[in-house]
Amino acid sequence: MTYAIQAEGLVKRYGETRALDGVDLLVPQGRLLGVLGPNGAGKTTAVRILATLLRPDAGTALVGGYDVTSQAHQVRSLIGLTGQYAAVDEMLTGVENLVMIGRLLGMTRADSRARAGELLERFDLSDAGGRAAKTYSGGMRRRLDLAASLVGRPQVLFLDEPTTGLDPRSRTDLWSVVRGLMADGVTVLLTTQYLEEADQLADDIVVFDHGRVIAFGTSDQLKATTGAQVLEVRPSQAEHLDLVGKVLADVLGEIPDLSGGRATASVHDPATVPAIVRRLDEQGVIASELALRKSSLDEVFLAITGHLPEDEETPDKEEAFA
Amino acid sequence: MTTLTTTIPQMAAKRVTPLATLQQTMTLAWRSLVQIKHNPWELLDLSIQPIMFLLLFTYVFGGAISGSTGDYLQFALPGLLVQNALFYTLSTAIGLNTDITKGVFDRLRSLPIARTAPLSGRIIADTAKQVWAFALLIGFGVVLGFRVTTSFFGLLGALALLVVVALAMSWMSVLIGLKASSPEKVQMIAFSTMMPLTFTSSALVPSATFPSWLKTWSDLNPVTHLADAIRGLLIGGDVTRAALFSLLWAAGFAVVFAPLAIRAFRSRV
Repeated sequence: MTYAIQAEGLVKRYGETRALDGVDLLVPQGRLLGVLGPNGAGKTTAVRILATLLRPDAGTALVGGYDVTSQAHQVRSLIGLTGQYAAVDEMLTGVENLVMIGRLLGMTRADSRARAGELLERFDLSDAGGRAAKTYSGGMRRRLDLAASLVGRPQVLFLDEPTTGLDPRSRTDLWSVVRGLMADGVTVLLTTQYLEEADQLADDIVVFDHGRVIAFGTSDQLKATTGAQVLEVRPSQAEHLDLVGKVLADVLGEIPDLSGGRATASVHDPATVPAIVRRLDEQGVIASELALRKSSLDEVFLAITGHLPEDEETPDKEEAFA
Repeated sequence: MTTLTTTIPQMAAKRVTPLATLQQTMTLAWRSLVQIKHNPWELLDLSIQPIMFLLLFTYVFGGAISGSTGDYLQFALPGLLVQNALFYTLSTAIGLNTDITKGVFDRLRSLPIARTAPLSGRIIADTAKQVWAFALLIGFGVVLGFRVTTSFFGLLGALALLVVVALAMSWMSVLIGLKASSPEKVQMIAFSTMMPLTFTSSALVPSATFPSWLKTWSDLNPVTHLADAIRGLLIGGDVTRAALFSLLWAAGFAVVFAPLAIRAFRSRV
């Protein structure tokens, strides 16, 4: 199997903080790797190293077979990068932003214009192409940013939290664009804070915490460790909480969490829920709240690390202001 | 449906050729200049401020300082040209800093282009804007009664000297742009260094009435030398000494700030 991205033992320190503490990554060609983790876990630092923007303190990384430090120029000619903050020139129009990239990549003026038109149409920005990007909405900017990273037809694409801060509709729009890219055979590394996003798009997922990879697997494998869904039951009478806990423990074979006036437990098989409802009914417990929801990043974390993700001040952006 | 990407292995070039470097530099210079089309305010900013200073100084202070507004205009316009050019060197810092904080700089750095192109492209564009501001101030000055009493070559010489000094100063500007935490900070730094520097020189008033300590400083102030040189080139008088000192100052600036700026730039590239 050929790998589009191969990283081994990546380390990056900022003073005392270890933004990356020995990270290995392997992405086969044409696959999408989701990098999941809270703020400050080191996701952006990893992307910046792989995209040649940052030198690692230790470790090696190959992108498309080229070393990111000693063959940075070759790596740059293979990659596209879309960052967390839409990096478009707000003073230029959509067309001009894309033409500029095309010209920088050595395309002729005519080819750059044609490519810009093609991408704007694909991203539903044709009508806005002649307007300055500062007039665009957040979702439009993000799409223009993604379009800009595709001008050079990259083989490897880095998407650093491409949907953070977007409304749900723009988010699903962007997901379908990413799926379209996958169909074209591009290798993608996508970072996200949302389990659902990784679940929707990624072939494989790695989970980052404190600059380390703490879990690796397909979406299904990760869910198997966490329980696919979470059941929350809040009895209308607070004194029934222990009773609810006992019922859940009986049916699910797992001690539920009883904090905040409700019992919370992970459910691997949704078919067990009717049984729980029946048992509660038999015991005369009335539930004021009974909900089955998907596990969140928090629960993945809790299951893997035993602690909730700490939303730290991110060192990822530090170097931008140093 | 159009194919957005391709997985056909491309032959990756090892480095950028000088011709490609030049083309990338010009593309990025174009990018800085074409912005004016969508943001005419920038051009107004570039044009109105010097004209406002010209009008205020000529008609408010002119009579009091030189006895007549016409005499003062003849004295002050060269100084205003200097003041404006020095202020404007910091727009390189603001533009660069905006690119860094908005992420545009990272996008450019992730492209297979010459590492120097984002810097040189911006500096070329800013130099073009300097030339525009120079022509505008001279043109407006002529409308108000300013006369170049030397020659066309004096005028060209004045422009050349200003551009050379501005280019040397832009190393400092690049350093500030790379190091400052926000464009607003850059603006603050610009204002609080350039304002005292230009006002404690002979750019806008003859230094003869300064108290002796200020006169001593003013005689050392690079702005004084530059203003005297530009004045000499435009309306006559001794040029050689002032121009020589201006160029020495410029060389000093470049020697101190170029290595610092390049080091700051390298640490990012």
